[in-house]
Parts: sequence; structure tokens; C-alpha cells
Amino acid sequence: MAKIVLWGSLKQAADGQTEIEMDATNVREVLDTLAERYPKLKPQLDRGVSVSIDGVMFRDAWFAPIKPDSEVYVLPRMAGG
Amino acid sequence: MTEQTALKREFKVVGTRPLRPDGIDKVTGRAKFGADANAPGMLYGLILRSPHAHARIKSIDTSKAEKLQGVKAVVTRDDFKRPDRADLIDIWINVMARDKALYDGHAVAAVAATSKAVAREALRLIKVKYEVLPHVIDVDEAMKPDAPILHPDMRTEGVEPKPKKASNVAHRYEFGHGNIEKGFAEADIVIERSFKTEASHQGYIEPHACLASVGPDGQGDLWCCTQGHFMVRNACAGLLGIDVAKLRVTASEIGGGFGGKTTVFIEPVALALSRKANRPVKLVMSRNEVFRATGPTSSSSIDVKIGVKRNGRMTAARAELRYQGGAFSGSPVEFGAMTSFACYDLPNVQTIGHDVVTNRPKQVAYRAPGAPMAAFAVESVVDELAKKVGMNPLEFRLLNAARQGTKSSYGPTFGPIGLEATLERAKTHGHYSAPLGPNQGRGVACGFWFNFGGNTCVSLNIGEDGTVALTEGNPDIGGSRASLTMMAAEELGIPYEKVRTVIADTGALGYNEVTDGSRVTFAAGLATIKAARDAIKKMCGRAAKIWDIPEEAVVWENGHAKPAGPNAGTFKPLSLAELAAKASATGGPIAGHFEVNADGAGVSFATHMVDVEVDPDTGRVTVLRYTVFQDAGKAVHPSYVEGQFQGGAAQGVGWALNEEYVYGKDGRLQNPGFLDYRIPVASDLPMIDTVILEIPNPGHPYGVRGVGETSIVPPLAAIANAVSAAAGVRLTHLPMSPPRILKALMDHQRG
Repeated sequence: MAKIVLWGSLKQAADGQTEIEMDATNVREVLDTLAERYPKLKPQLDRGVSVSIDGVMFRDAWFAPIKPDSEVYVLPRMAGG
Repeated sequence: MTEQTALKREFKVVGTRPLRPDGIDKVTGRAKFGADANAPGMLYGLILRSPHAHARIKSIDTSKAEKLQGVKAVVTRDDFKRPDRADLIDIWINVMARDKALYDGHAVAAVAATSKAVAREALRLIKVKYEVLPHVIDVDEAMKPDAPILHPDMRTEGVEPKPKKASNVAHRYEFGHGNIEKGFAEADIVIERSFKTEASHQGYIEPHACLASVGPDGQGDLWCCTQGHFMVRNACAGLLGIDVAKLRVTASEIGGGFGGKTTVFIEPVALALSRKANRPVKLVMSRNEVFRATGPTSSSSIDVKIGVKRNGRMTAARAELRYQGGAFSGSPVEFGAMTSFACYDLPNVQTIGHDVVTNRPKQVAYRAPGAPMAAFAVESVVDELAKKVGMNPLEFRLLNAARQGTKSSYGPTFGPIGLEATLERAKTHGHYSAPLGPNQGRGVACGFWFNFGGNTCVSLNIGEDGTVALTEGNPDIGGSRASLTMMAAEELGIPYEKVRTVIADTGALGYNEVTDGSRVTFAAGLATIKAARDAIKKMCGRAAKIWDIPEEAVVWENGHAKPAGPNAGTFKPLSLAELAAKASATGGPIAGHFEVNADGAGVSFATHMVDVEVDPDTGRVTVLRYTVFQDAGKAVHPSYVEGQFQGGAAQGVGWALNEEYVYGKDGRLQNPGFLDYRIPVASDLPMIDTVILEIPNPGHPYGVRGVGETSIVPPLAAIANAVSAAAGVRLTHLPMSPPRILKALMDHQRG
């Protein structure tokens, strides 16, 4: 089971849950599972998020692999200047 | 100065300093910027802007303007239908006011005419009836319960239960880990302070400019200065109901952007005027319009509290950040909250951010958006704590620095990072031990930025004479043409001079994200290397055909295909030029392509050191010496990297000492011009020294990290620490202009 950490404003939309366990092997499965379990999260997920897997930041990378012991953070979507 | 720590690969082109490919064009005036585009039958566009900070628009009468000879089109809010895409709604309201003007300078109508003089006269003939409403400018004032409300339907998101009452606070964000109260209870010393920063503009020298042409067949062309022409195409297509493929956008050379050209302002208006007039329309902003109607960065109000043990180890840190983002939600407070304490290894940390709307222009990104103000507040308190525990500021930071394996204050665990290396190098640099005179002070500060990659698409075409055309889709705002040319040359094994990189229009390549997030040298560089490898594979295949040996038995070395392996046979290596000359006979043109949504950009850290002198009689600050220490992963073209470091420091000097949006009681901007909004000029700056550190980014084939943004994160704090040391009193409000410094000195003297 992968442990997914929701960060920042995302946890409010997930009924205050910060750490969520799920059977997910890639980013797409994480996002689909989150949207299914926490419908209030879906608008934010649709607007876009970043996912950090073992310290490496991904955006829109559905097929980035997640291992059972990976550190996974779902974060606000990164932007810059 | 470049200092390499762990890079194993030997480079031939990367790391050298060849001439920049756009240099001659730019110094001879041949380069074409946004306002240099012209077309036969072109009209001149101008925009009428609100003189009020907050007003209901009761009516707009354009009838007299339309009748004026030479006027070919007038557009108002009625010419812009509500877009389907939710992410375009704020932009739709920003490019042309709907029911309310939300800030001084908000666009209300636009005209296209045969001359600028006629267009100006037409603007005078447009009659707008306003009902002036109460306004709010300051972020703290806007958060008060009785503040004038900008958007009656705005409810603060991120608060449970969701509020029922309208508010100017669009979002509340929270980050952190550990037990903050327990952490402060463990501290021997706790310092808590409040800070303010004023809005500063990116200050690009080239105003926004574009030329739009939409024909009766619905096909359009747009030439403009932007940081992302694919973004412009998609936003304009969505706002005007044009198919994406029918709008072609070409980016001009760009006279600075720094984040400020990552959205659209005049481009949809020019297209709407052109469509209505059936003629090309050129629209160029004045400097006054740039200040009043484009996006400066947020102003902010920040509280910071940090606790330490007597030995200097931090036990807890907390920050509450309030950023106003102008009349629309989306201030970079979330990034401010995430980056506040990213430099430190903290067991207990909490940051709270409030995204606030005010009657100001919609903020736009400015290098490392949100981070410099947060670093100013945090690094000021860190400086005080170091003094309090009797440690030098570099040792204090080293004791608490984030390292590989540190759980960052924004969540993820850091991989290999370079903060420690920048601090160690700063300690041994001659600047740190140089003597100081009377009224002089030295400050140091650290800074962090995420960096990212994103969608990128490049093509690399091998010419029949063995030269190479690299086609990419990111406007060159910081030397990307040079660095991509170098990476292509490095990978192909040919000289830099044999490659030319051009920035293609939106019809030529797949989607390329905006040039932002310090992403281009990393992401487009990665794509260039992969496209070169794609072309190399094809060239090895052609050589294999010529030699009649398996493709696997050919390798690419030093710009040549060579037979390799026990059964490859003995053949004279074929150069890239020889293979290019035979391309037609061996299968046709040779090209390499690569498309990617690049990840693994690698975070970046810097330490800045600055000496200043404060004139106690006038409050004027002179910057005497400045040194930047930053991790670049791998500096592809060190001169450009140094330029990025120096540019960030120079803009930071302006933000720290002089730059400020000044509003009158009527909510109108008082200083929309470079005479009254003072950016640093050459005589305000010392030579900014740089030390490039190279801690390779494992996410890039050459170890590259973005360098464009981190360099603006530490200067506000470093300069504030230096000024505070020189003045003998802590400065907590930016800019530290002479009146603020004099007041601080006088308040201090009065006790």
C-alpha cells in the first residue's frame, strides 16, 4: 500500500485527512483514487496539482511509477516567473 | 568563478563562453522586438482605462467615437463573450472590465484607427458613466471585516466550515509538520516580528506590444513580445472563440519579462479589434499603462516567529503570510508559505498563507513568485537569532541548514542539494573577512526556489552541409538559444558555430510551456539532448547501411559514426557532414525530435552577501559590495549564469531600497513612470561578484538546474540585514527608502 500525503489546502478538501493509504502504482491511480474517495478534491485535481515522488516533483505525469515504500506528496501545482 | 564539486563528465562545449547568438542583432538594432512588427493597411489601437480604483460601469457610449473619421473599430465588454474555460474567467474580466472597474487602469474600451492621433481623439469621445465605489489598497486593511468588498460572491476557500459571508480573502493555505507549540516550549530564545513589503514591478524595459491580424476566414496571426507564445495562442483562442490551430502566434525578441509576460493583456484586445475592423491592428502599451494595468508582484504583510536552543539549534518556526494579488485571487502566497523555511531543517514548522484581493492590478509572477518577501521576513529573524546566541550568521545557518535527507518545510524529503555548499563557500570567500568602515554593515541571507520542467517540444534538423538547425518553442529571455545550441553541439560532437537555434511559431512545434519556473535550460536542454540523440541514432543507421553492417555495430564519437564491436569490420569513420551530404541517397532528410513533459528539475539554493553604507543624515543607502553564491547544477554558459545571478541581485537591490507602488487616497497610482518609480541604474550598483557552485542535478543528463529565479530570493533579506547592521536598528518595512530609514533612526534615538 502506498502512503499518500496531502499537503496545504488539499487536506481540507479531503475531510482533514493528511495521510491516505491506497493501492496505487502510478500517479494516475493516485489521482483517480483521491477523486473517487474525496469528491470535494476533484475541482482542485482538475485544475492541476504537483506530485512529489521520493523528492522529485512531477506535474501531469500519469504514468510516473510509485513503489509501495515511496514518499508521495500531492502538492499545489508549481508555477514560476 | 565556477567551482565544480562532483561532476564526472568531461565537456567540450558546455561550460565554455562562446559569443551569444543574438548579440550582434541586439547591439546593432537589427533585432525585432514587439513594437517592430508592421503590416500593410495596419491600424493603431489604443485602450481607454478606468480613472477610478473601484467603480460600477453604468454605461459606455461609443457612438461618437465610431463616427469619427479614421476609426475602424471600437470594442467594449460586449465584444468579449464569457469563455467556456474556467481558468480564463479572471483573464476575461481583466482584459476588459465587465460590470465594475476593479482598479485604476482597468481596460474599459478600445479603438482601432488609421493613426494614433485619431485613436487618441476617439478615446476622448467615448463616454463612460461610473458609480464610484469605496476601494481598498492595503493588504491588512482589505482583510478587516468592514473593508470594501471587491467580489460579493467571494468566500474564503480553505476554511472549514466554508464561510457564508463575502470576504476579500480568497484562500487560506497551511503547510507544516511536527508540533509547533511543543517546539516553541523547547526553545530557550524566541523572536517574533512583523514585516511589510510593497509591490514592485518586474520593470522590463520593453512595454507589451503586439500586432494582430484576423481575416474574414477566421484565421489569425499574432506577433507579440511574450514569455510564452503557446500560452498566448491558447488564451486568446479561448477568449475569442477561435480554434487553436487557426491562430498562429510568433514571439518577437523580448526586452525583459521576469515573469511579467506570462499572461495576456492587450493581445486579445488587438485580435478583437482586428476581427471587427478586418485589418491588422498594432497595440503598444505606454509605460504608464505598463505600471497601471499589467502585473506587479504582491505587496505583503508577514509575521515570523522562530525558537532556538542556546546552542543555536532551531526548535520551531512559524510564519503567517498575507499577500494581496490585486483585484483577483491567485497571489503567490502559497509559494511564499511553502518556501518560507525551505532552507532549514526544522522538527516543528507551520506556515499559513492568506490570498487577498485589493483594488490594484492583477499581480503577475515575478522571478520565484512569493519567495523573496517570505525570505526577507524569515532571514531577518534568523539574523537576529544568530546575534542573540552569539554565532556568526553563516555558522548559525549551517547548523540549521537543510541537507540531503532533510524533510523540507513544504513536505518532500530533499535529495542532493547545494545550500550547505553555498554557505561553506561564503565562509571562505574574501568578502566575508573584508574590513568595514563607519556606518557600514554586512548582511547575509539564504534563498530557495523549486524550479520545474514542463511541456517541451524541439526539432533538430541536419542540413545538407553538416550544419544543424535547432527549432525550439520558448522565447529566449535569459540565454536559452546559446545554452541549447551548446548542448546540441556537445551531444552531436560538432562546434558551437555549426548549430543555429531558432524560436519557432506555434504552428511549427507541439505545445511548449511558458518560459518560466527557470525551466528552459533544464527542460528544453533535456529535449535538445534527446533530439540530438534521436538524430544520432538515425545517422548511425545511415552509416550502417553504407557499410552494410548491423546498426548496433555503429557508435557515435566526436561527431563521427564509427564501426564498433568484434564483427563491425574496419571502415573510415563518417563525419556528420559526410552523412548529411549523403542523406538523400541513404533515406532522405535527417532530423531528431523530442517531446516531453519534463520532470526532475531539481531545487536550487543560494547565499548572498552584501555590504552597505547608510548615510545617517539622509537615510540614503549605498551598496558597496555584493557576492552571490549559487548552485547551478551545471553551468552550461557560465557568463549567462553569472548574468542571471547578477540580474536577480540587481532587481533585489531595487525592491529592497527604492521600488514601490505609491497610491493616493483616491486609490490611483501616483508613480506610474521610471522617474518616480525608481529602479536601480548602473551607478546605483557595485560590480556584483558571483560564485557558481555545481552540485549536479540527477534529473538532467548534464546535471543542469534552473538558475533564473533563486537569485532574487535572498537579496531583500541580505540587504535588510546589512542596512540593519549599519543603522543599528532593525528595518522591517521594504523598500528601505531614505524616509523610512531616517524615521527608523529617529525612532531608535528617541528610544
